[in-house]
Amino acid sequence: MTSHAVTANRLTDGQVVYLTPARTWSEKLHASQLAEAGDDANALLQSAQASVEARLVVEPYLIPVDTDATDGQTPRAVGRRETIRAAGPSVRLDLGHQAAQE
Amino acid sequence: MYRYDEFDHTVVAERVLQFRGQVARRLSGDLTEDEFKPLRLMNGLYLQLHAYMLRVAIPYGMLSSRQMRKLAFVARRYDKGYGHFTTRQNIQYNWPRLDEAADILDELATVEMHAIQTSGNTIRNVTADPFAGVAADEIEDPRIYAEIIRQWSTLHPEFSFLPRKFKIAVTGAPHDRAAIKTHDIGIALKRGPDGETGFEVFVGGGQGRTPVVAKSIRGFLPKRDLLSYLEAILRVYNQLGRRDNIYKARIKILVNEIGVEKFTALVEEEWRHLRDGALALPDDEIARIKAYFASPAYLDIPGDVPEFDSKLLTDPAFGNWVGSNVTEHKVPGYAIVTVSLKPEGGIPGDATAEQMEAIADLADAFSFGELRVTKDQNLVLADIRKSDLFALWQGLRAHGLETPNAGLLTDIIACPGLDYCSLANARSIPIAQRIGTRFGDLDRLRDIGDITLNISGCINACAHHHVGNIGILGVDKKGTEFYQVTLGGSADENTTIGDIVGPAFGEDDIVDAIETIVDTYLGLRTDGETFIDTYRRVGLAPFKETLYAAR
Ligand code: HEM
Ligand code: SF4
Repeated sequence: MTSHAVTANRLTDGQVVYLTPARTWSEKLHASQLAEAGDDANALLQSAQASVEARLVVEPYLIPVDTDATDGQTPRAVGRRETIRAAGPSVRLDLGHQAAQE
Repeated sequence: MYRYDEFDHTVVAERVLQFRGQVARRLSGDLTEDEFKPLRLMNGLYLQLHAYMLRVAIPYGMLSSRQMRKLAFVARRYDKGYGHFTTRQNIQYNWPRLDEAADILDELATVEMHAIQTSGNTIRNVTADPFAGVAADEIEDPRIYAEIIRQWSTLHPEFSFLPRKFKIAVTGAPHDRAAIKTHDIGIALKRGPDGETGFEVFVGGGQGRTPVVAKSIRGFLPKRDLLSYLEAILRVYNQLGRRDNIYKARIKILVNEIGVEKFTALVEEEWRHLRDGALALPDDEIARIKAYFASPAYLDIPGDVPEFDSKLLTDPAFGNWVGSNVTEHKVPGYAIVTVSLKPEGGIPGDATAEQMEAIADLADAFSFGELRVTKDQNLVLADIRKSDLFALWQGLRAHGLETPNAGLLTDIIACPGLDYCSLANARSIPIAQRIGTRFGDLDRLRDIGDITLNISGCINACAHHHVGNIGILGVDKKGTEFYQVTLGGSADENTTIGDIVGPAFGEDDIVDAIETIVDTYLGLRTDGETFIDTYRRVGLAPFKETLYAAR
């Protein structure tokens, strides 16, 4: 089974965010709540709807994630598009979320 | 340059106020995203991968130094210190906030700029030859007519909800630097039977997933009929263009489906009713607009400038830059300068706020305070005295703006691709950077000569890859980036769509493939042949062979 996270863009500034276990939004993929594909994942996506209505985010959707090979739980983006969304432009390492991280 | 009249000012000011209200209603919850999205798009605000993106119109690419400084200010204050100049002669900001978008538009309005009709199914920003008014080969200044079209098409009530976006380009010179045949309508100034100037009208060009070269539907159109004829074309399209399928909605599809003869007949019929109506352009209206584009106060100076000639000999780096980035001007003693936004390993079309300010200062010092943006994602200083070229070059060099590669292989045109764009299949910029670095050697670059290389991150073809001499298209194969190569495209008066060479190349092989193509050309060319000349003579086969033989 593949794990999924919910991602969206924040309404005020368009930044990429992820849904956390506390049903808040984080800029860090590794802070996201994971759910197994299927009913669990759909329920997680459904729970993001409240944030859409509260005008926190737009267009939430599910993304499959891998878990880090070393610790078996830290989520990692799958595919080029979501990797770039999670980090920032691959040609400007000084910009996007990657700039804030070490 | 054109200056806004009261009407323009009022329209723009009202529009910003309206948009401010719409943003406030979105933030307060009175508008849902579905309701708001079309409204923000009408004001040039997209949502991309990492943030919003704001596209600002630069009518036919013309900017005053004052406007350029404002663009720099916006980049610094509201964005991340840079902007991206595009193939549509516009600028895009990659990181604006929604809650500051109206403030940005207010700032832009102070210098007569806006984002109206930079998105949506409207007539988009009109583009033109970046050498307008100064090219030695020009029949008449295309900006006069581009401006007339801008005024007619801005907030045109009948054409605010066309079947699809609509792009118009104008050239005043026989050598087309505006790629008019890749536009929905292309207009070329032309001399008529009695020596008077008018237009040849081309329709149905386009790129995207169905690239088409525009076809001539009228060999000669008198000036007074420009707007009535355009109105007739737009009416036929608005009525018959398909609205059921976004991929078949552009005018090129309509022209292909009903045939160019039928399409032309419909336009001519519609035009008969419009021709002598309110849209007929009186001479004094043309003269009024023309006055805005009057030549600056050129000095009566000799064409030969000995101090320039001697600098060419004593400073080879300067000589190299002059060789590629300086073009003949219609007035003796002056020159046209292309400022390359393609430094080796850089991001094509990006400029920092500091660079924008530096170039605005140089425009004030040396070029009557004016600048242009080109469809090749470079900038132009159009009126430089030859005796000032050396000082200008030094000024550019202080800001990394002296790359001597205009028109050469590393003058790569690239869209934002998967690094920014939510529609992308693959990255464009890193490929451009790697090709730029591979071909960094200037002697080699100059030996290769004139060539265009265009890279798009998906089939929408924002970087014109179909009409690049070498075109690269990013595709996605099961989550991995691949690059399809086309050869033989061109975007000038002999516009052609490139031919696909064969299977796509992986990320690790694409730069080698480009080198193989270039080496194949070098091996085949005869004296004086450019890449496109050789390609047209020998065709695809030899390139296919060298590219795939070893595989
Ligand atoms: C990042 C946001 C962008 C989006 C969402 C976008 C979207 C599109 C789409 C959907 C098309 C295809 C239109 C069609 O075939 O009907 C297109 C075409 C085009 N775009 Fe973009 N584009 C973007 C950025 C750019 C940039 C950065 C440039 C300039 C470098 C550009 C210039 C063009 C041009 C020249 C065409 C082809 C001409 C045509 O057939 O319309 N676009 N774009
Ligand atoms: S060509 Fe595709 S990837 Fe590139 S900017 Fe246009 S829509 Fe985005």
